[in-house]
Amino acid sequence: MLPDLYDPVYIITILFFIVGLHRMSHPKTARSGIVWAGGAMALAVVVTFLYPGMHNLILIIVGIVIGGSIGWIAAKRVAMTDMPQMVAIYNGMGGGAAGAIAAVELLKSTAVLSSSALAVTGAAIGSVSIAGSVIAFLKLQGWMRQKPITYPGQQVVNIVVLLAAIAFGVLILFPHVLGFSTLLPFFVLAVGYGILMTLPIGGADMPVVISLYNALTGIAVAMDGFALENFAMVVAGTLVGAAGSLLTLLMARAMNRSIGNVLFSAFGAKEEVTTGITGTMKPIQPQDAAVLLAYANSVIIAPGYGMAVAQAQQKVKELTDLLESKGIPVKFAIHPVAGRMPGHMNVLLAEAGVPYDRLFDRDEINADFPNTDVVLVIGANDVVNPAARRAGSALAGMPILDVDKAKNVIVLKRGQGKGFSGIENELFYADNTKLLYGDAQESVGKVIQELKKL
Amino acid sequence: MISILYISIYIALLAAFTGYEVITRVPVILHTPLMSGSNFIHGIVLVGGMIELGLATTPLEQAIGFIAVVMGALNVTGGYAVTERILQMFEKGKSRKGN
Repeated sequence: MLPDLYDPVYIITILFFIVGLHRMSHPKTARSGIVWAGGAMALAVVVTFLYPGMHNLILIIVGIVIGGSIGWIAAKRVAMTDMPQMVAIYNGMGGGAAGAIAAVELLKSTAVLSSSALAVTGAAIGSVSIAGSVIAFLKLQGWMRQKPITYPGQQVVNIVVLLAAIAFGVLILFPHVLGFSTLLPFFVLAVGYGILMTLPIGGADMPVVISLYNALTGIAVAMDGFALENFAMVVAGTLVGAAGSLLTLLMARAMNRSIGNVLFSAFGAKEEVTTGITGTMKPIQPQDAAVLLAYANSVIIAPGYGMAVAQAQQKVKELTDLLESKGIPVKFAIHPVAGRMPGHMNVLLAEAGVPYDRLFDRDEINADFPNTDVVLVIGANDVVNPAARRAGSALAGMPILDVDKAKNVIVLKRGQGKGFSGIENELFYADNTKLLYGDAQESVGKVIQELKKL
Repeated sequence: MISILYISIYIALLAAFTGYEVITRVPVILHTPLMSGSNFIHGIVLVGGMIELGLATTPLEQAIGFIAVVMGALNVTGGYAVTERILQMFEKGKSRKGN
């Protein structure tokens, strides 16, 4: 008989996961990192077939083929601009799988109390993760309103649902009381809580939410690992839980808000009444914008979600090349929470072929704005709002890109609306700011044409 | 004899620290691939789904186990493909600079 191969292989799997994750944290080695992790995963899946007492092998293979091919094909076909919702939905699938595993484990009823308790926790977190991720997916896909969905008494309803879910979860631990009839309401309540808690979270807070659910799925997987006594799941799940929590904190910090504020405050649901803004919004025509750019010594581009919506990244890259051919250096200022997932702008610009050494983090580039002739703000709003520097504003304390300190600011904007926060942007009224109205892709295209004429 | 549960908790503690430490100084440019890569790594849940389905005896356990395997597999391949696509683009950007 074969010795138990799976545990030694799981150890190798975990080692490769850690090496892979580590390599993924440096730009030069990142690509090899995912290959390491991928190889580790393939090993773990193959060796699991050797687990003692396995049957239903055909069903397992059919399941892997179905899920695997759907995941692969969808991920290969989806447009880069749709990446945030893809990440959200795949993460939700992991949470769902964790919930389902815990459900089977609880149905077996042979488990001791401590391991049932872990399974219940895994089930609850996994269910919240899949439900929340699906709502995030719907919002990002545009199949549901991106603005926070609120109603009176929302927080009370949410807390009641959460408490009810916990109560049923505790009942599951003592099956002699009510039997397994408590399982179904428990899962319904947990899924319901996931949906309810995600409804009031708006689109611009999605970078925090996506990475939070990523961390939650990791924790749910680790809990299942405890219940199944599977160390590969314990370690991999905990790794992701920790890494994901750190990323979530980084994202929240980039907005100077707590995780609790992001999750429970329905930020952006109300429009703030603006006071004390002087000046007017001054429109600019594409030819004038082109002239400004052509005679600039340096240009910084600050992109936001609007660039993603308009799919303007290719045109932006074209504009960058054109300016550089005229000897004008172009840099990109990337705010950590610009867009709908962590690092969203970096991904889009990389897709368009902008080398990543032109992309600068907020801290790296803020000092450059005062010496910059022209800043192009493309579809960004709250992350460049100087109101954040003023106490009393809803954005107060949020670290922003100091674009208003540049000599000239051109804001590409669809209309005169406010940002996601619902706060009027003082930048748009400043003396050195001009607004170029229209779809970002078209606007950049027009500027390119005008530049070529000069 | 120390129970397996406590051993697991010790291991999880170390794993949590490792996860935190490995990505502490990650540059912003890699936030998306890192998130999507860790998304892929929790696809290890597929292994759990396989074990549940493999050891399932009743039709209900089989059905739920099967769902777990399908979802886990989706998580694995989708997470991998998304991460690879993103990282490929970063490489493309780097090589163009060299031209």
